[in-house]
Amino acid sequence: MKKTSEKIIEVLLASSGFITILTTIGIIWVLISESWGFFAEVPLGKFLFDTQWTPLFSDKHYGILPLLTGTFLTTAIALLTALPLGIVIAVYLSEYADKKVRKALKPALEILAAVPTVVYGFFALTVVTPFLQTFIPGLSTFNALSAGIVMGIMIIPVISSLSEDALFAVPKSLREASYGMGATKFQTAFSVVVPAASSGILVSIILGIARAVGETMVVAIAAGQQPNLTLDPREGVETITAYIVQVSLGDVQHDSMEYKTIFAAGITLFLFTFLLNNVSYWIKKKYQERYE
Amino acid sequence: MKSNFQLIWAAGAMMVILSACGSKDNSAETANDATKLKGEIKIDGSSTVYPITEAVAEEFRNEQPDVKITVGLSGTGGGFKKFGRGEIDINDASRPIKPQEDSICKQNNVGFVELKVAFDGLAIVVSKENTWLNEITIEELKKIWEPAAQRKVTKWNQVNPKWPNEEFRLYGAGVASGTYDYFTEAVVGKSGASRGDYTASEDDNVLVQGVSGDKNGLAFFGLAYYEENKERLKLVPVNNGSGAVLPTAETVKNGTYAPLSRPVFIYVTEAAARRKDVNAFVNFYLQTAAELVPDVGYIALPQEEYRAQLAKFQDFAGAKQ
Repeated sequence: MKKTSEKIIEVLLASSGFITILTTIGIIWVLISESWGFFAEVPLGKFLFDTQWTPLFSDKHYGILPLLTGTFLTTAIALLTALPLGIVIAVYLSEYADKKVRKALKPALEILAAVPTVVYGFFALTVVTPFLQTFIPGLSTFNALSAGIVMGIMIIPVISSLSEDALFAVPKSLREASYGMGATKFQTAFSVVVPAASSGILVSIILGIARAVGETMVVAIAAGQQPNLTLDPREGVETITAYIVQVSLGDVQHDSMEYKTIFAAGITLFLFTFLLNNVSYWIKKKYQERYE
Repeated sequence: MKSNFQLIWAAGAMMVILSACGSKDNSAETANDATKLKGEIKIDGSSTVYPITEAVAEEFRNEQPDVKITVGLSGTGGGFKKFGRGEIDINDASRPIKPQEDSICKQNNVGFVELKVAFDGLAIVVSKENTWLNEITIEELKKIWEPAAQRKVTKWNQVNPKWPNEEFRLYGAGVASGTYDYFTEAVVGKSGASRGDYTASEDDNVLVQGVSGDKNGLAFFGLAYYEENKERLKLVPVNNGSGAVLPTAETVKNGTYAPLSRPVFIYVTEAAARRKDVNAFVNFYLQTAAELVPDVGYIALPQEEYRAQLAKFQDFAGAKQ
């Protein structure tokens, strides 16, 4: 009797694990099968190297480059904003702040992660952009800069929280050894603890990048909806995610070419986030047990 | 907290009083169907017609609070797709139905009636900061928007040598929008033909936001959205060869603001027209349109035209009952 109930539980646990795997396989299957029709009509070379993306208009081009540069531009700006701030915050929380401050500050920081992204989008469009326009001439209403900066603010908690965990996990003995050598607190923090926690920090950065690459609402609202092959942050750009939203909100016929473009864009995005996740997994695995 | 509740009560009372005033003159006409109706009316379609339908629906809710009305805005084309499948009762349309949409309706046995509800002008607008663009010709608009201009015509002085040597940024209706079909037909000469490198959105508020903060922006959208955002935008008179004309109630109605003025419609399915709730709503729509249409920034049809549309609808609904 006992054995059968054990077995049932075991099967239940295993099947709930399998559900997530099946979902992933299902998503990959849909992406591949739906974009198959797209790549049957558009040669891969055109998809990768054409510099225009206008599948909805009369002069059709299917070059993914403008969407890719849009995605990378906003992500890069977000990282430039979030990286220094996130790491400095993490170092402060783990090395400098006393227990009370840390207890209050950490949850407060995580509130940033709880703000709905659509709110961030309107914040970028109606507050940050007009502010930037006061001192950056020629800044378009929809631009990569303000969307990127706000996206950076959004991923600060991802980076600071995970980095702080990594810094905190660095053994006390390392710090004490550093002090014993006569190093100051600042030298200890940045020359000893940060390098020691570098793998955890790197993972946090990669997860931040993955979050920024996949982010949708902020860029759809504040960065514009015009595929634009440019690296000028003052211009409006369209990211892969924003394109998918734009097309899904309008009316495209099932199985039309416009419909298939969503999946071609989707599979490109998937490949990037898949790659980032694997790199972070690999780094974690390789450096995890260095100090134990 | 208490004062907040009082405020809400006061506001509620005010709204009841105001709406009572607003609908006083129709109450006599609708008295014959004063019985309380129940139901759910699904409306979708053009974002251009949306403000009119939404205004009528709001008034109608005061009379028939148990009739639930939802008004969507997925564009004229998007709406017609749902309409042809019989998923919605009424479609807002900023252009007449296309032959292929008509044949889909026929295939699915969806009968319908077309009712004209207002006039709209397409406004060409720039930012308030643009001090030099004081009129534009249809030729110049074509040079900017035709498919051949894609990535080739990008600066003002390529269109007209008198204009500055600076890059422009364009904002316009998206491809699912009736406004897009209408604009491309009127300006480029072929419906659905335009350049693709501009900010395209079915949501006119996005376009307003875009062009109002952009010194080198140029946009087109329904006149009503200009009226709503007057203080942030500058309207550009359009010259079709016989002098520059600003879109106003007068010039749109009498046709001098050509070719960028047009009638807008609602389409009602046969099955819906038979229903009491929809029937009462459409009657109410055509009776109050003359009063509500100018409120939301559009140009009303002449009173006799509304009567003719009402007669057309009643014939249609009556014959089917």
